[in-house]
Amino acid sequence: MSVATATPTWPMYRTLVGVGMLCGLLIAITFQGTRPVIERNRAEALQKAVFAVLPSASRSATFLVTPDGDFVPDTDAPGERVYAGFDDSGQLVGVAIETAGMGYADTMTILYGYAPQQEAIVGIRVLTSKETPGLGDKIETDPAFLENFVALDVSLDESGTALRNTIQTVKKGQKTDAWQIDGITGATISSVAIGDMLAASSARWVPAIHAQLDQFKTGDDSGGS
Amino acid sequence: MAVPDKKPVIATDEFIKGLWRENPVFVQVLGMCPVLAVTNTAMNAIAMGLATSFVMLMSNTLVSTLRNFIPRQVRIATYILIIATFVTIVDYAIEAISLELHKSLGAFISLIVVNCLILGRAEAFASKHTVRIAIVDALGMGVGFTLALLCLGGVREIFGEGALFGIALFPDGFEPWIVMILPSGGFFTLAGWLLLINYMQQRKQRSLAAAEEVTQ
Repeated sequence: MSVATATPTWPMYRTLVGVGMLCGLLIAITFQGTRPVIERNRAEALQKAVFAVLPSASRSATFLVTPDGDFVPDTDAPGERVYAGFDDSGQLVGVAIETAGMGYADTMTILYGYAPQQEAIVGIRVLTSKETPGLGDKIETDPAFLENFVALDVSLDESGTALRNTIQTVKKGQKTDAWQIDGITGATISSVAIGDMLAASSARWVPAIHAQLDQFKTGDDSGGS
Repeated sequence: MAVPDKKPVIATDEFIKGLWRENPVFVQVLGMCPVLAVTNTAMNAIAMGLATSFVMLMSNTLVSTLRNFIPRQVRIATYILIIATFVTIVDYAIEAISLELHKSLGAFISLIVVNCLILGRAEAFASKHTVRIAIVDALGMGVGFTLALLCLGGVREIFGEGALFGIALFPDGFEPWIVMILPSGGFFTLAGWLLLINYMQQRKQRSLAAAEEVTQ
Protein backbone atom coordinates (compact mmCIF):
# COMPACT_ATOMS: atom_id res chain seq x y z
CA MET A 1 0.00 0.00 0.00
CA SER A 2 1.25 3.47 -0.78
CA VAL A 3 -0.09 5.13 2.34
CA ALA A 4 3.28 6.47 3.44
CA THR A 5 3.96 8.29 0.18
CA ALA A 6 1.70 11.23 0.93
CA THR A 7 -0.23 11.96 4.08
CA PRO A 8 -3.12 14.16 3.01
CA THR A 9 -3.03 16.71 5.80
CA TRP A 10 -5.71 19.01 4.46
CA PRO A 11 -8.33 16.31 3.76
CA MET A 12 -7.71 14.81 7.20
CA TYR A 13 -8.09 18.17 8.85
CA ARG A 14 -11.15 18.99 6.77
CA THR A 15 -12.81 15.66 7.57
CA LEU A 16 -12.23 15.68 11.31
CA VAL A 17 -13.25 19.30 11.76
CA GLY A 18 -16.20 18.99 9.40
CA VAL A 19 -17.56 15.80 10.91
CA GLY A 20 -16.87 17.12 14.41
CA MET A 21 -18.87 20.26 13.76
CA LEU A 22 -21.72 18.32 12.21
CA CYS A 23 -21.80 15.96 15.19
CA GLY A 24 -21.63 18.84 17.66
CA LEU A 25 -24.56 20.50 15.94
CA LEU A 26 -26.64 17.30 16.03
CA ILE A 27 -25.96 16.79 19.73
CA ALA A 28 -26.76 20.42 20.54
CA ILE A 29 -30.08 20.22 18.69
CA THR A 30 -31.04 16.98 20.45
CA PHE A 31 -30.02 18.36 23.83
CA GLN A 32 -32.10 21.49 23.33
CA GLY A 33 -35.05 19.47 22.11
CA THR A 34 -35.11 16.88 24.86
CA ARG A 35 -34.05 18.94 27.87
CA PRO A 36 -37.47 20.36 28.76
CA VAL A 37 -39.05 16.90 28.46
CA ILE A 38 -36.35 15.30 30.60
CA GLU A 39 -36.64 17.99 33.25
CA ARG A 40 -40.41 17.61 33.31
CA ASN A 41 -40.07 13.81 33.64
CA ARG A 42 -37.62 14.20 36.51
CA ALA A 43 -39.85 16.67 38.32
CA GLU A 44 -42.85 14.38 37.85
CA ALA A 45 -40.93 11.36 39.10
CA LEU A 46 -39.83 13.28 42.18
CA GLN A 47 -43.34 14.57 42.76
CA LYS A 48 -44.70 11.03 42.52
CA ALA A 49 -42.07 9.81 44.96
CA VAL A 50 -42.95 12.59 47.43
CA PHE A 51 -46.62 11.60 47.35
CA ALA A 52 -45.65 7.94 47.70
CA VAL A 53 -43.72 8.53 50.91
CA LEU A 54 -46.28 10.98 52.33
CA PRO A 55 -49.51 9.08 51.62
CA SER A 56 -51.88 11.71 53.03
CA ALA A 57 -50.34 14.65 51.15
CA SER A 58 -52.22 16.16 48.24
CA ARG A 59 -49.78 18.92 47.32
CA SER A 60 -46.12 19.52 47.85
CA ALA A 61 -43.63 22.36 48.04
CA THR A 62 -39.87 22.38 47.87
CA PHE A 63 -37.84 24.01 50.62
CA LEU A 64 -34.22 25.03 50.53
CA VAL A 65 -32.10 24.53 53.61
CA THR A 66 -30.01 27.60 54.41
CA PRO A 67 -26.57 27.26 56.02
CA ASP A 68 -28.13 28.50 59.30
CA GLY A 69 -30.54 25.55 59.32
CA ASP A 70 -33.60 27.52 58.23
CA PHE A 71 -36.06 26.18 55.68
CA VAL A 72 -37.05 28.72 53.04
CA PRO A 73 -39.28 28.30 49.97
CA ASP A 74 -37.21 27.08 47.05
CA THR A 75 -35.05 29.40 45.00
CA ASP A 76 -32.43 28.59 42.44
CA ALA A 77 -29.69 28.88 45.04
CA PRO A 78 -27.50 25.81 45.43
CA GLY A 79 -28.01 23.72 48.53
CA GLU A 80 -29.92 20.81 49.99
CA ARG A 81 -33.65 20.59 49.54
CA VAL A 82 -36.49 18.89 51.35
CA TYR A 83 -40.04 18.44 50.09
CA ALA A 84 -42.94 19.31 52.33
CA GLY A 85 -46.32 17.68 51.78
CA PHE A 86 -49.62 19.37 52.66
CA ASP A 87 -53.15 18.01 52.83
CA ASP A 88 -56.23 19.59 51.22
CA SER A 89 -56.70 22.09 54.04
CA GLY A 90 -53.09 23.28 53.72
CA GLN A 91 -51.89 21.55 56.88
CA LEU A 92 -48.37 20.15 56.87
CA VAL A 93 -48.56 16.36 56.87
CA GLY A 94 -44.88 15.60 56.55
CA VAL A 95 -41.54 16.27 54.99
CA ALA A 96 -39.88 14.08 52.39
CA ILE A 97 -36.10 13.87 52.70
CA GLU A 98 -33.58 12.42 50.30
CA THR A 99 -30.59 10.51 51.58
CA ALA A 100 -27.82 8.41 50.07
CA GLY A 101 -25.75 5.56 51.40
CA MET A 102 -23.74 2.55 50.45
CA GLY A 103 -25.77 -0.52 49.55
CA TYR A 104 -24.48 -3.95 48.55
CA ALA A 105 -23.61 -2.69 45.09
CA ASP A 106 -22.81 1.01 44.72
CA THR A 107 -24.46 3.97 46.40
CA MET A 108 -28.23 4.06 46.54
CA THR A 109 -30.47 7.02 47.18
CA ILE A 110 -33.80 6.86 48.94
CA LEU A 111 -36.55 9.31 49.73
CA TYR A 112 -38.41 8.94 53.02
CA GLY A 113 -41.35 10.74 54.51
CA TYR A 114 -41.22 12.08 58.08
CA ALA A 115 -44.55 12.94 59.68
CA PRO A 116 -44.03 15.30 62.65
CA GLN A 117 -47.47 14.66 64.22
CA GLN A 118 -46.92 10.91 64.38
CA GLU A 119 -43.20 11.36 65.06
CA ALA A 120 -42.63 8.58 62.61
CA ILE A 121 -41.33 7.71 59.16
CA VAL A 122 -44.42 6.96 57.11
CA GLY A 123 -42.98 5.77 53.80
CA ILE A 124 -39.80 5.17 51.83
CA ARG A 125 -39.05 4.98 48.15
CA VAL A 126 -35.81 3.84 46.56
CA LEU A 127 -34.82 6.44 43.96
CA THR A 128 -31.66 4.87 42.57
CA SER A 129 -30.03 1.55 43.36
CA LYS A 130 -27.96 -1.09 41.67
CA GLU A 131 -28.81 -3.83 44.16
CA THR A 132 -28.76 -7.41 42.91
CA PRO A 133 -31.91 -8.18 40.91
CA GLY A 134 -34.03 -10.78 42.66
CA LEU A 135 -32.20 -10.46 45.99
CA GLY A 136 -31.12 -6.99 47.07
CA ASP A 137 -33.81 -5.24 45.08
CA LYS A 138 -36.43 -6.78 47.37
CA ILE A 139 -35.98 -3.61 49.42
CA GLU A 140 -38.13 -1.97 46.74
CA THR A 141 -40.75 -4.66 46.31
CA ASP A 142 -41.02 -6.93 49.36
CA PRO A 143 -44.41 -6.07 50.97
CA ALA A 144 -43.37 -7.36 54.40
CA PHE A 145 -40.29 -5.13 54.33
CA LEU A 146 -42.19 -2.05 53.19
CA GLU A 147 -44.65 -2.67 56.03
CA ASN A 148 -41.83 -1.51 58.36
CA PHE A 149 -42.16 2.02 57.03
CA VAL A 150 -45.85 2.60 57.68
CA ALA A 151 -45.00 3.98 61.11
CA LEU A 152 -41.33 3.70 62.01
CA ASP A 153 -40.77 5.49 65.29
CA VAL A 154 -38.38 8.47 65.23
CA SER A 155 -39.63 10.29 68.34
CA LEU A 156 -37.34 12.84 69.98
CA ASP A 157 -36.09 12.62 73.56
CA GLU A 158 -36.94 15.21 76.23
CA SER A 159 -34.29 17.68 75.07
CA GLY A 160 -35.77 17.71 71.58
CA THR A 161 -32.36 17.62 69.93
CA ALA A 162 -31.78 13.91 69.52
CA LEU A 163 -33.77 10.78 68.74
CA ARG A 164 -34.93 8.71 71.68
CA ASN A 165 -34.02 5.49 69.91
CA THR A 166 -31.77 4.78 66.95
CA ILE A 167 -33.36 3.00 64.00
CA GLN A 168 -31.89 -0.44 63.57
CA THR A 169 -32.43 -3.38 61.25
CA VAL A 170 -33.01 -6.73 62.97
CA LYS A 171 -33.31 -10.23 61.56
CA LYS A 172 -36.58 -11.07 59.90
CA GLY A 173 -39.31 -11.78 62.42
CA GLN A 174 -37.39 -10.40 65.41
CA LYS A 175 -38.83 -6.89 65.42
CA THR A 176 -40.04 -6.03 68.90
CA ASP A 177 -39.99 -2.23 69.01
CA ALA A 178 -41.47 0.48 66.83
CA TRP A 179 -38.03 1.80 65.84
CA GLN A 180 -36.79 -1.53 64.53
CA ILE A 181 -36.88 -2.71 60.92
CA ASP A 182 -37.56 -6.34 60.10
CA GLY A 183 -34.79 -7.29 57.64
CA ILE A 184 -35.09 -9.45 54.54
CA THR A 185 -33.56 -12.91 54.32
CA GLY A 186 -31.33 -12.94 51.26
CA ALA A 187 -31.03 -9.16 51.23
CA THR A 188 -29.35 -8.69 54.59
CA ILE A 189 -26.80 -6.11 53.48
CA SER A 190 -29.31 -4.07 51.49
CA SER A 191 -31.89 -3.99 54.27
CA VAL A 192 -29.30 -3.15 56.91
CA ALA A 193 -28.04 -0.38 54.62
CA ILE A 194 -31.54 1.10 54.47
CA GLY A 195 -31.72 1.04 58.29
CA ASP A 196 -28.32 2.71 58.62
CA MET A 197 -29.18 5.39 56.05
CA LEU A 198 -32.45 6.17 57.81
CA ALA A 199 -30.75 6.22 61.22
CA ALA A 200 -28.05 8.63 60.09
CA SER A 201 -30.37 10.88 58.14
CA SER A 202 -33.17 11.01 60.71
CA ALA A 203 -30.72 11.81 63.52
CA ARG A 204 -29.74 14.91 61.57
CA TRP A 205 -33.02 16.01 60.00
CA VAL A 206 -35.73 15.11 62.52
CA PRO A 207 -34.50 17.47 65.28
CA ALA A 208 -33.80 20.18 62.70
CA ILE A 209 -37.27 19.96 61.16
CA HIS A 210 -39.00 19.61 64.51
CA ALA A 211 -37.40 22.85 65.73
CA GLN A 212 -38.50 24.77 62.62
CA LEU A 213 -41.96 23.34 62.00
CA ASP A 214 -43.48 26.86 61.69
CA GLN A 215 -41.38 27.58 58.63
CA PHE A 216 -43.13 24.87 56.66
CA LYS A 217 -46.59 26.27 57.24
CA THR A 218 -45.84 29.37 55.25
CA GLY A 219 -45.08 27.49 52.07
CA ASP A 220 -48.70 26.77 51.13
CA ASP A 221 -48.78 28.86 48.00
CA SER A 222 -45.78 27.48 46.22
CA GLY A 223 -45.70 24.19 44.42
CA GLY A 224 -48.73 22.25 43.35
CA SER A 225 -49.99 18.78 42.93
CA MET B 1 -14.98 1.01 -4.90
CA ALA B 2 -18.72 1.01 -4.65
CA VAL B 3 -20.55 -2.09 -5.69
CA PRO B 4 -22.98 -1.13 -8.46
CA ASP B 5 -26.64 -1.49 -7.59
CA LYS B 6 -27.81 -4.53 -9.47
CA LYS B 7 -31.20 -5.93 -8.67
CA PRO B 8 -33.55 -5.75 -5.71
CA VAL B 9 -32.61 -9.39 -5.02
CA ILE B 10 -29.28 -8.17 -3.65
CA ALA B 11 -30.99 -5.78 -1.28
CA THR B 12 -33.28 -8.50 0.06
CA ASP B 13 -30.30 -10.78 0.54
CA GLU B 14 -28.38 -8.06 2.40
CA PHE B 15 -31.33 -7.78 4.77
CA ILE B 16 -31.87 -11.51 5.29
CA LYS B 17 -28.21 -12.23 5.98
CA GLY B 18 -28.35 -10.10 9.15
CA LEU B 19 -31.32 -12.07 10.41
CA TRP B 20 -29.91 -15.56 10.00
CA ARG B 21 -26.82 -16.41 7.97
CA GLU B 22 -24.64 -13.67 9.51
CA ASN B 23 -26.68 -12.97 12.62
CA PRO B 24 -24.54 -10.57 14.68
CA VAL B 25 -25.10 -12.38 17.98
CA PHE B 26 -25.60 -16.04 17.17
CA VAL B 27 -23.21 -16.37 14.23
CA GLN B 28 -20.70 -13.52 14.46
CA VAL B 29 -20.86 -13.45 18.31
CA LEU B 30 -20.34 -9.67 18.33
CA GLY B 31 -21.55 -7.06 20.81
CA MET B 32 -21.49 -9.43 23.78
CA CYS B 33 -21.48 -6.64 26.36
CA PRO B 34 -25.12 -5.57 25.86
CA VAL B 35 -26.13 -9.13 24.93
CA LEU B 36 -25.14 -10.41 28.36
CA ALA B 37 -25.72 -7.33 30.46
CA VAL B 38 -29.14 -5.93 29.64
CA THR B 39 -31.11 -8.98 28.55
CA ASN B 40 -32.53 -9.67 32.00
CA THR B 41 -36.02 -8.77 30.80
CA ALA B 42 -37.65 -8.84 27.38
CA MET B 43 -38.44 -5.11 27.54
CA ASN B 44 -34.82 -4.14 28.27
CA ALA B 45 -33.68 -6.42 25.45
CA ILE B 46 -36.00 -4.78 22.92
CA ALA B 47 -35.06 -1.27 24.04
CA MET B 48 -31.36 -2.02 23.79
CA GLY B 49 -31.85 -3.74 20.43
CA LEU B 50 -33.75 -0.79 18.99
CA ALA B 51 -31.28 1.75 20.37
CA THR B 52 -28.37 -0.17 18.84
CA SER B 53 -30.25 -0.56 15.54
CA PHE B 54 -30.92 3.17 15.37
CA VAL B 55 -27.26 4.01 15.99
CA MET B 56 -26.21 1.45 13.39
CA LEU B 57 -28.69 2.72 10.83
CA MET B 58 -27.67 6.36 11.24
CA SER B 59 -23.93 5.71 11.38
CA ASN B 60 -24.06 3.37 8.38
CA THR B 61 -25.97 6.02 6.44
CA LEU B 62 -23.57 8.82 7.30
CA VAL B 63 -20.43 6.73 6.83
CA SER B 64 -21.65 5.52 3.47
CA THR B 65 -22.58 9.06 2.41
CA LEU B 66 -19.15 10.38 3.36
CA ARG B 67 -17.20 7.32 2.22
CA ASN B 68 -15.37 9.08 -0.62
CA PHE B 69 -14.70 12.10 1.53
CA ILE B 70 -12.97 10.45 4.54
CA PRO B 71 -9.20 9.84 4.16
CA ARG B 72 -8.35 6.31 5.27
CA GLN B 73 -5.83 7.53 7.88
CA VAL B 74 -8.58 9.09 9.99
CA ARG B 75 -11.46 6.80 9.10
CA ILE B 76 -11.69 4.97 12.45
CA ALA B 77 -11.58 8.25 14.39
CA THR B 78 -14.31 9.66 12.14
CA TYR B 79 -16.48 6.55 12.50
CA ILE B 80 -16.17 6.63 16.30
CA LEU B 81 -17.08 10.32 16.29
CA ILE B 82 -20.17 9.62 14.21
CA ILE B 83 -21.19 6.61 16.31
CA ALA B 84 -20.66 8.48 19.59
CA THR B 85 -22.85 11.32 18.34
CA PHE B 86 -25.79 9.06 17.61
CA VAL B 87 -25.32 7.22 20.89
CA THR B 88 -25.55 10.54 22.72
CA ILE B 89 -28.70 11.36 20.79
CA VAL B 90 -30.22 7.98 21.70
CA ASP B 91 -29.23 8.51 25.33
CA TYR B 92 -31.13 11.82 25.48
CA ALA B 93 -34.06 10.36 23.57
CA ILE B 94 -34.47 7.37 25.90
CA GLU B 95 -34.25 9.63 28.94
CA ALA B 96 -36.96 11.83 27.45
CA ILE B 97 -39.18 8.85 26.59
CA SER B 98 -38.94 6.98 29.87
CA LEU B 99 -36.84 7.65 32.97
CA GLU B 100 -37.56 4.10 34.16
CA LEU B 101 -36.14 2.58 31.00
CA HIS B 102 -33.16 4.90 31.13
CA LYS B 103 -32.55 3.79 34.70
CA SER B 104 -32.74 0.09 33.92
CA LEU B 105 -30.44 0.30 30.89
CA GLY B 106 -28.07 2.54 32.83
CA ALA B 107 -24.51 2.84 31.61
CA PHE B 108 -25.10 0.34 28.82
CA ILE B 109 -26.64 2.99 26.59
CA SER B 110 -23.37 4.93 26.52
CA LEU B 111 -21.51 1.68 26.00
CA ILE B 112 -23.20 1.23 22.61
CA VAL B 113 -20.28 3.38 21.39
CA VAL B 114 -17.89 0.50 21.94
CA ASN B 115 -20.18 -2.14 20.47
CA CYS B 116 -17.85 -3.65 17.91
CA LEU B 117 -20.83 -4.67 15.79
CA ILE B 118 -21.53 -1.04 14.85
CA LEU B 119 -17.94 -0.10 14.11
CA GLY B 120 -17.62 -3.41 12.28
CA ARG B 121 -20.54 -2.63 9.97
CA ALA B 122 -19.24 0.91 9.35
CA GLU B 123 -15.73 -0.27 8.53
CA ALA B 124 -16.44 -3.53 6.75
CA PHE B 125 -19.62 -2.65 4.93
CA ALA B 126 -20.89 0.95 4.88
CA SER B 127 -17.52 2.42 3.87
CA LYS B 128 -17.49 0.20 0.78
CA HIS B 129 -21.11 0.30 -0.39
CA THR B 130 -23.72 2.75 -1.58
CA VAL B 131 -26.06 4.42 0.90
CA ARG B 132 -29.04 2.31 -0.14
CA ILE B 133 -27.29 -1.02 0.42
CA ALA B 134 -25.68 0.26 3.63
CA ILE B 135 -29.13 1.17 5.00
CA VAL B 136 -30.51 -2.27 4.12
CA ASP B 137 -27.50 -3.89 5.76
CA ALA B 138 -27.97 -1.84 8.95
CA LEU B 139 -31.67 -2.67 9.04
CA GLY B 140 -30.98 -6.38 8.64
CA MET B 141 -28.24 -6.43 11.26
CA GLY B 142 -30.34 -4.27 13.59
CA VAL B 143 -33.39 -6.50 13.36
CA GLY B 144 -31.18 -9.59 13.73
CA PHE B 145 -29.51 -8.10 16.80
CA THR B 146 -32.83 -7.07 18.35
CA LEU B 147 -34.37 -10.51 17.75
CA ALA B 148 -31.33 -12.21 19.25
CA LEU B 149 -31.51 -9.98 22.33
CA LEU B 150 -35.21 -10.72 22.61
CA CYS B 151 -34.47 -14.48 22.46
CA LEU B 152 -32.18 -14.09 25.46
CA GLY B 153 -34.30 -11.55 27.33
CA GLY B 154 -37.48 -13.58 26.86
CA VAL B 155 -35.97 -16.82 28.17
CA ARG B 156 -34.31 -15.06 31.10
CA GLU B 157 -37.44 -13.19 32.11
CA ILE B 158 -39.66 -16.28 31.82
CA PHE B 159 -37.43 -18.37 34.10
CA GLY B 160 -36.01 -15.60 36.25
CA GLU B 161 -39.23 -13.76 37.03
CA GLY B 162 -41.93 -16.13 35.80
CA ALA B 163 -43.21 -13.43 33.46
CA LEU B 164 -42.90 -12.05 29.95
CA PHE B 165 -43.10 -8.29 29.32
CA GLY B 166 -44.10 -8.02 32.98
CA ILE B 167 -47.14 -10.30 32.59
CA ALA B 168 -47.04 -13.23 35.01
CA LEU B 169 -47.09 -16.60 33.24
CA PHE B 170 -47.07 -19.10 36.06
CA PRO B 171 -49.31 -19.73 39.08
CA ASP B 172 -48.24 -18.27 42.42
CA GLY B 173 -46.37 -21.41 43.47
CA PHE B 174 -43.63 -20.81 40.87
CA GLU B 175 -40.26 -20.14 42.45
CA PRO B 176 -38.26 -17.86 40.08
CA TRP B 177 -34.78 -19.05 39.11
CA ILE B 178 -32.97 -15.99 40.33
CA VAL B 179 -29.75 -17.13 38.67
CA MET B 180 -31.35 -16.43 35.29
CA ILE B 181 -31.55 -12.67 35.85
CA LEU B 182 -28.07 -12.55 37.39
CA PRO B 183 -25.07 -12.20 35.05
CA SER B 184 -24.39 -15.96 35.06
CA GLY B 185 -27.88 -16.57 33.68
CA GLY B 186 -26.90 -14.50 30.65
CA PHE B 187 -24.01 -16.83 29.92
CA PHE B 188 -26.16 -19.94 30.40
CA THR B 189 -28.88 -18.65 28.09
CA LEU B 190 -26.42 -17.48 25.43
CA ALA B 191 -24.68 -20.86 25.55
CA GLY B 192 -28.03 -22.62 25.13
CA TRP B 193 -28.97 -20.53 22.10
CA LEU B 194 -25.54 -20.89 20.48
CA LEU B 195 -25.74 -24.63 20.96
CA LEU B 196 -29.16 -24.78 19.34
CA ILE B 197 -28.27 -22.55 16.39
CA ASN B 198 -24.98 -24.26 15.70
CA TYR B 199 -26.67 -27.64 15.86
CA MET B 200 -29.29 -26.50 13.34
CA GLN B 201 -26.70 -25.06 10.97
CA GLN B 202 -24.53 -28.15 11.12
CA ARG B 203 -27.51 -30.39 10.48
CA LYS B 204 -28.41 -28.27 7.48
CA GLN B 205 -24.86 -28.54 6.13
CA ARG B 206 -24.84 -32.30 6.63
CA SER B 207 -28.11 -32.71 4.79
CA LEU B 208 -26.82 -30.49 1.96
CA ALA B 209 -23.66 -32.60 1.70
CA ALA B 210 -25.73 -35.77 1.72
CA ALA B 211 -27.93 -34.40 -1.04
CA GLU B 212 -24.86 -33.58 -3.13
CA GLU B 213 -23.52 -37.12 -2.72
CA VAL B 214 -26.79 -38.55 -3.90
CA THR B 215 -26.83 -36.42 -7.03
CA GLN B 216 -23.25 -37.25 -7.95
